[in-house]
Amino acid sequence: MSGANDMPRGAEPATCGASIPVQREQGQRQVFCGLAGIVWLHRKIQDAFFLVVGSRTCAHLLQSAAGVMIFAEPRFGTAILGDRDLAGLADCNEELDRVVTELLARRPDIGTLFLVASCPSEVIKLDLDNAAARLAREQQGRVRVLAYSGSGLDTTFTQGEDTCLSALVPELPEAAAGSDALLVLGTLPDVVEDQFRRLFEALGIASLHFLPPRRGSELPPVGPGTRLLAAQPFVGGTAAALVDRGATLIEAPYPFGIEGTRAWLGAAAAAFGICAARVEEVTAPAAARAARGLERYRTQLAGKRISFLPDSQLEIPLARFLQRECGMELIEVGVPYLDRRMMSAELDWLPADVRLTEGQDLERQLDRLRADRPDLTVCGLGLANPLEAEGLTTKWSIELVFSPVHGFDQAADLAELFVRPLNRRSRLAF
Amino acid sequence: MQLTVWTYEGPPHMGAIRIAASMQGVHCVLHAPQGDSYADLLFTMIARSAKRPPVTYTSFQARDMGADTAELVRKTLRETVERFQPRALLVGEACTGELLQDQPAALAQGMGFDCPVVPLELPAFTRKEQWGASETFHQLVRTLLRGQSPRERDPVPEGRRPRANLLGATALGFRCRDDIAEVTKLLDSAGVDVNLSAPAGASPEDLLRIPEADFNICLYPEIAQSTCAWLERMFKQPWVKTVPIGVGATRDFLLEVGEVAGIDTSAAIAAGRTRLPWFSRSVDSTYLTGKRVFIFGDASHVIAAARIATEELGFEVVGLGSYSREFARELRATAERYAVEALITDDYLEVESAVLELAPELVLGTQMERHIAKRAGIPCAVISSPVHVQDFPARYAPQMGFEGANVIFDTWVHPLMMGLEEHLITMFREDEEFHDEAVASHLGSGKVSAASAETAARPAATAEPATSADGMGTETALVWEPDAERELKKIPFFVRGKARRNTERFAAEHGVARITVETLYDAKAHFGR
Repeated sequence: MSGANDMPRGAEPATCGASIPVQREQGQRQVFCGLAGIVWLHRKIQDAFFLVVGSRTCAHLLQSAAGVMIFAEPRFGTAILGDRDLAGLADCNEELDRVVTELLARRPDIGTLFLVASCPSEVIKLDLDNAAARLAREQQGRVRVLAYSGSGLDTTFTQGEDTCLSALVPELPEAAAGSDALLVLGTLPDVVEDQFRRLFEALGIASLHFLPPRRGSELPPVGPGTRLLAAQPFVGGTAAALVDRGATLIEAPYPFGIEGTRAWLGAAAAAFGICAARVEEVTAPAAARAARGLERYRTQLAGKRISFLPDSQLEIPLARFLQRECGMELIEVGVPYLDRRMMSAELDWLPADVRLTEGQDLERQLDRLRADRPDLTVCGLGLANPLEAEGLTTKWSIELVFSPVHGFDQAADLAELFVRPLNRRSRLAF
Repeated sequence: MQLTVWTYEGPPHMGAIRIAASMQGVHCVLHAPQGDSYADLLFTMIARSAKRPPVTYTSFQARDMGADTAELVRKTLRETVERFQPRALLVGEACTGELLQDQPAALAQGMGFDCPVVPLELPAFTRKEQWGASETFHQLVRTLLRGQSPRERDPVPEGRRPRANLLGATALGFRCRDDIAEVTKLLDSAGVDVNLSAPAGASPEDLLRIPEADFNICLYPEIAQSTCAWLERMFKQPWVKTVPIGVGATRDFLLEVGEVAGIDTSAAIAAGRTRLPWFSRSVDSTYLTGKRVFIFGDASHVIAAARIATEELGFEVVGLGSYSREFARELRATAERYAVEALITDDYLEVESAVLELAPELVLGTQMERHIAKRAGIPCAVISSPVHVQDFPARYAPQMGFEGANVIFDTWVHPLMMGLEEHLITMFREDEEFHDEAVASHLGSGKVSAASAETAARPAATAEPATSADGMGTETALVWEPDAERELKKIPFFVRGKARRNTERFAAEHGVARITVETLYDAKAHFGR
């Protein structure tokens, strides 16, 4: 297991990672669009409602991606465009106003309403930013109305969280001058958020905020004193918008595994002038516990070959964790898109000869996969069972987005998610 | 613009994918943005299909739209045909593809493929999944049979058994796999051979043999009715319209098969083995008498369920409806038979408020109604698509034919509390095991609180102005005296909703503003149980 000296240093990131050749693919994709982010965002921000302005396809996607109707009373819905809405934009805006007014009357608990653009709403050039401003005026401050795009034309899967959080950035209050605070960016399960809060407090970073907040009414302040730490790799657009508002981005790998978590906390501590010895002191017990927990899974994963199909943007940090801390061999790591700025520290930690692909040409990628026959394939829900039927063992990637997998105390759980399909395969007689 | 929380049906191109996924040798190319490939997971995850549905998406993104998306369509078509070598190619577009107006079907027709190309026009902003499936199947059959001239029908030659096509079963349909097997057995018992089943299980070559059958059986009218009507016009093939779900309908089905095929099916009817009639007559089933049931789903399953509920189980239908707007007329006719009004809607919220308002003792519905019923603490059985993974069972569980009737008896009765158990709960209100909040003892886990859910459902029901709709008038606010409220609590939860409704109705009709214990019992005497 590596020590603190393996920590990537913010000064020298771009060069090393940039040396890994990236294969760009174009063709059929098997990924969700950004609307899928609503599935966890609507649970995380408890007083928000997500209204997709789109087609029946969008509504169907949302309920299918949510595992078909798990939540009895969802805080999301779709305003389904009809033929008449397509005929004239003036009527379309009127209709949207009507639907929103009805919705807000029925659901007085809504504090923040997101109008979410879709492929069809973008193609017909329905201006939801304008609509949001108009509806917010009508609500006279009672409800905050914001717009963002979850359209498949410009977002894939987790990128929908990035566009959503970006829409929140202009709403954040201005931080008081001279106030230094840490802002952790990207949805984390509540339990993980609480663990990190305890660690940051122990490090002496008392002024700490999370975006998204648990309630839309509790938006964190931002300003020149804000140090920004991304907990998820898919929030690059939001990070850039926060930097525009004066925040400083802390370059760090992501808090997956012991190494990643330690480096992530360490980078934050360094930004606040907290010495490495203090970081070691605070993190040592949790890191030691995590190492004990991880050991049993490491023996089961070491030497096993793994491929990632592009899906959630977590592929690179997870591959790094599985290779460096669990001893797995990386065959192919596919990402929907490569955000070099957000990935620079992670790329430094990938082996230079890894087959890194960006984008997708599905059938050709599956040809490669069949030729590689890795021990484990990480892929989306549409592909998992057919690949299992071909004799490949799979891990569906959506679980990695929904489960608590960040931080020291989840490092073993994260490894276990990859062990389980292998374990299961070895148990079954047929 | 319509606000939707859950949708019963997907977009029409979803119907096209279902047809392709049901068959062999058919591939579907859709002009659709990235993200629309989510449709695959319904087949692979919910129906546990071991194969990807045979569909290729153009997956266009914003950056493609500045360039030539039509060229992207051509490239996708070329590569798909080369890789999969389909024997029939369906070409259409999803909603956003439709807005681009690249005409993928016309492009495909101009590319000189060897296989037949079926152009699909699936208006995404007006139509839905079932229509899309029906239209795709119809167009596929028409395209493939185009070369065959209309013909007169010869009588079945001596010594050959009559042959029938089973039409309408699809991937993601409710229990289609087992229905095909059961109906095949049933027809065999009546001396009829199955020429082919389509779309489920058929190849394009099989579809060319459709005219070889003596008649068609329209198993799922939502999918196959327009094709059956066309085949009748073109090839003079008569078709059987009765859907064999339930004992009575199965017998009627065999009678109709007999008429259409010109054979005597009475022996097969007499030999039909099903336990439903006896189980229903057995005294243990007395407790099923007059159970108030609400039914919602696709048209065929709802119409069949209403008949089974009333004639074969002795329930009372208190409401029925469907999202199959195309069959509104048939549904209204059925509803009239049971003196209720058909709820034709695809708005989940409307169905929910109908259920809360009617407070039935059993809900028969789709996955959506399972949810509604769960929230309201009402027992529920699933009778129709859309369904979740647990409704694609490993075991043989048809809905059709005599075995289907057995399955239905078990499935519908299972969520209910057993007869004697109801009495125990009525007698011993504070018993450790048979108390008010207990669930049916065979339903396992925990203290699912139908009783507390009843109270939870109440505010929702009264908050909605639904009560005024049936003329009860919400303006006269009824007040329950605390004593009466306590007395009501002594009535078991599974009939408490009805008792509350009846009492309020009685009070309203008799101008009683404050409901006392006396009012409660007056109402009971007035309405009976």
